[in-house]
Amino acid sequence: MKLKQLESLLGGLQQFPQPKIELEQYPTGPHIASRMLYTAENSFGDVSNKVVADFGCGCGTLGVAAALLSAEHVLSIDIDPESLEIASLNAEELELYLDFIHSNVLDLGWKGQIVDTVVMNPPFGTRKKGVDMDFLDVALTVASQAVYSLHKTSTRDHVKRAALRDFNASSAEVLCELRYDVPKLYKFHKKKEVDIAVDLWRFVPSKNERRGI
Amino acid sequence: MRLLTHNMLSSNIKGVTNGFPLRIEAEKVVEKTVEMNPDFLKKMFDKIQWKAFVDGSRAMGFTELPEEVDSSVLESDEFLSRFHHALLELHLEEGALVCPETGRRFPVNKGIPNMLLHEDEV
Ligand SMILES: C[S@@+](CC[C@H](N)C(=O)[O-])C[C@H]1O[C@@H](n2cnc3c(N)ncnc32)[C@H](O)[C@@H]1O
Repeated sequence: MKLKQLESLLGGLQQFPQPKIELEQYPTGPHIASRMLYTAENSFGDVSNKVVADFGCGCGTLGVAAALLSAEHVLSIDIDPESLEIASLNAEELELYLDFIHSNVLDLGWKGQIVDTVVMNPPFGTRKKGVDMDFLDVALTVASQAVYSLHKTSTRDHVKRAALRDFNASSAEVLCELRYDVPKLYKFHKKKEVDIAVDLWRFVPSKNERRGI
Repeated sequence: MRLLTHNMLSSNIKGVTNGFPLRIEAEKVVEKTVEMNPDFLKKMFDKIQWKAFVDGSRAMGFTELPEEVDSSVLESDEFLSRFHHALLELHLEEGALVCPETGRRFPVNKGIPNMLLHEDEV
């Protein structure tokens, strides 16, 4: 599938009708989401024929993008049941079969080494400090091949240090810096749109088994 | 939820030492056809826990998989198509996943398991 076509299909997905502030619900726009998964597939071969998990899937964009790029099995997880309902409609609309789980990403129990790739746009931790790093920690234990994630550019050094030192990643690389138009979803945002710099990261988990399973 | 997902999950309730596999209670199962990918199936064969998978497939009403297998079965097309069907085409729509140690039920509605833990389970 061409990048343009992917972007346009993602543009047709329904997004959070009433975003919940405490969960940091803002969608990954079609521009960023399509590039994220397209790069994962075309530069690294981390999507097609793989098992992909989407952490904090919201209305499903990243997992849907993975399925459109021929991921063999997609597992999308969110803590918010209303988002999951929309996500499952979005998948159905495109005749894609994704599996969904209603769970806190940080509490789910895992078994085995089945997930190849984790994709996520985690909460940045503006409401709950450190949650972005907690997501990354879990992602690096669950993925056996790669983790793709978005983090604020202002946290770049911190992310790198945590990934390599604390979460035992064997590599942590910024693939590109993007402008993220977080729309004025929340009343406390004064401007109409808040344009923040975010990094698209690719992490490679350590080969050593960190989980005791 | 399909059986490949079931094979990745375990009950994570505080105090539980072996939460795998979750027992499947099936009220409604639907079948959705997808294309078969033999290479993927072979890779998954090495990764999944067979016993949990077969028990899960039986709980979902599919009884055509053997209890015991070794990798020679992968040479049979008939086996591959059954494996494919059970792994990727059967969806648990309504029912529950049950923690093997505590009996706690995680309900499955509209295909989505609710694995949220209560405050005292974290
Ligand atoms: C920034 S949004 C990204 C949404 C979606 N992945 C996308 O790309 O459009 C973060 C998502 O994480 C979910 N979330 C927040 N905390 C969570 C947690 N602890 N466990 C699971 N999901 C969580 C929110 O409900 C929200 O859907």
